[in-house]
Amino acid sequence: MSIAVRNLVKKYGDTPAINDISFDVKTGEILGFLGPNGAGKTTTMKIITCYMPPSSGSVEVDGMNTAEQSLEVRRKIGYLPEMNPLYLDMNVIDYLEYSAQLHGLRGGAVQHRIKEMVHDCGLEDVRHKDIGEMSKGYRQRVGLAQSMIHDPEVLILDEPTSGLDPNQIAEIRALIKQLGRAKTVVLSTHILSEVQATCDRVLIIHEGKIVANGSPAQLQQEFQGADTITVELKTGPGDPLTLIAPKLKAVAYVSGVSLLAHDDGHSTFEIHADKGNDIREALFRIAVSEGWIVLEMHRRVTTLEEVFHKLTTA
Amino acid sequence: MAALSLSNVGPIYRREIRSYFNSPVAYVVIVVFLAIVGWYFSNNLFLMNTASMRIVFELVPLVFLFFVPAVTMRLLAEEKKSGTLELLTTKPVRDVEIVLGKFLAAWTLLAATLAPTLIYLVTLMMLGNPDLGPVVAGYLGLMLTGGVYIAIGIFASSLTENQIVAFLIALVIVLAFFLADKVLMYVPGVIAPTVEYLGIDYHFSSIARGVIDSRDVIYFGSVLGFALLMATASLERRKW
Repeated sequence: MSIAVRNLVKKYGDTPAINDISFDVKTGEILGFLGPNGAGKTTTMKIITCYMPPSSGSVEVDGMNTAEQSLEVRRKIGYLPEMNPLYLDMNVIDYLEYSAQLHGLRGGAVQHRIKEMVHDCGLEDVRHKDIGEMSKGYRQRVGLAQSMIHDPEVLILDEPTSGLDPNQIAEIRALIKQLGRAKTVVLSTHILSEVQATCDRVLIIHEGKIVANGSPAQLQQEFQGADTITVELKTGPGDPLTLIAPKLKAVAYVSGVSLLAHDDGHSTFEIHADKGNDIREALFRIAVSEGWIVLEMHRRVTTLEEVFHKLTTA
Repeated sequence: MAALSLSNVGPIYRREIRSYFNSPVAYVVIVVFLAIVGWYFSNNLFLMNTASMRIVFELVPLVFLFFVPAVTMRLLAEEKKSGTLELLTTKPVRDVEIVLGKFLAAWTLLAATLAPTLIYLVTLMMLGNPDLGPVVAGYLGLMLTGGVYIAIGIFASSLTENQIVAFLIALVIVLAFFLADKVLMYVPGVIAPTVEYLGIDYHFSSIARGVIDSRDVIYFGSVLGFALLMATASLERRKW
């Protein structure tokens, strides 16, 4: 069940919330939607789920257009909106029954799916409790159960872990991973570790445009700046700036060396190398041949946070 | 579009009914309604010595003016505010099914409120021999009037997230329909018949006399249908 988004534009009045977005989600893929608040994540999801039509452009779910075959598309999608709206005066079982019926399930299938979702989402203990009396973590489970009650092939989850404590986040994340197997999942978040933990691919959007698209590892590599390596050497007495720095500078690909700290024969250098070259081995060899003792060597890798920050602040 | 299937009206109707009757709302509303109508009825019976349902049919349309907007104000406004409407409209459900399910639920509550007043009729039948024709017609008229008010109330509720605002909008529209045939002396003669025809009480009293005229039925049917269409269109406003 693939999703194809083509040249999507949505304007509220004159201001575009999303501006010419195109991307694909392959069957079985978990796509992470990343972006600052107001970047257009929720708007895009609302269009995919047929809540509102785009100003222009199109979304096709399994080859069906969301504007023209809205009911068919909606049958295939499970949706957890932002803020997870629920009927607080209903109990879990009644609410799941209602959701199942709205998805066209009838008779025994309803009870069967309720039983499955209650089990899968760990709702056994609270099944007869009113949703209004439940904690946020449990409500989120109910929201997930509701979105998957009809065993949809596509799951759209808008910030499924927002407002939860770290334990709950871990639980919900595990649930999504477990239940989202063999489903096409699009989830939005601004927790970057979440993307790294759950998603096959990341889409970063900023001010209504896609600014990056790839696996977390690819993005890190793509936005990796110059390599930065920190080494702490035990070199004995003598001025490290005149004795050691020139030798480090002579190593291939090194573009700059600076002394961070120097104390009693211990020197810490920050070494910059041209992008895409790992000079740690060369550094080790020169240390050995010069008789320096390497106390610490650390290569700094661009984190997804840095990629995100770089792309979404201009 | 494929043949209009309304299979989702049922689940929506049942949820609304449960929500009315699982909370104190329905009971409070019914008790207040019966207290008002009962007080006037017994006054009429014991103090004025009139054994007639007429007082019920005169009073209830007035009470409905406030009662119905209070019953309908939350139907869509509450779901808009809590966000559940977004969830509901992204299920494979047509907007018209949502409106119809809620309409029928409120109509059922109205019927459940009116039903206990049949005790007055039983009382009258023990005391005398009332003419049943106008009584049946009167109840039909009440249900139709209430139905129109509910449809208008749902439309009002679709316009806002604020239940109080929904109540006030409904009250204003419903009052306009109620007063239309009572302000005829202030409107120009040319449009007076039209204004009179728009007046809901004009048609109600015509039915309550025991004459079920097709003009009145068409009036109720078309105003009700139009209000429900407006409510559906207003739900679809998010797509504009």
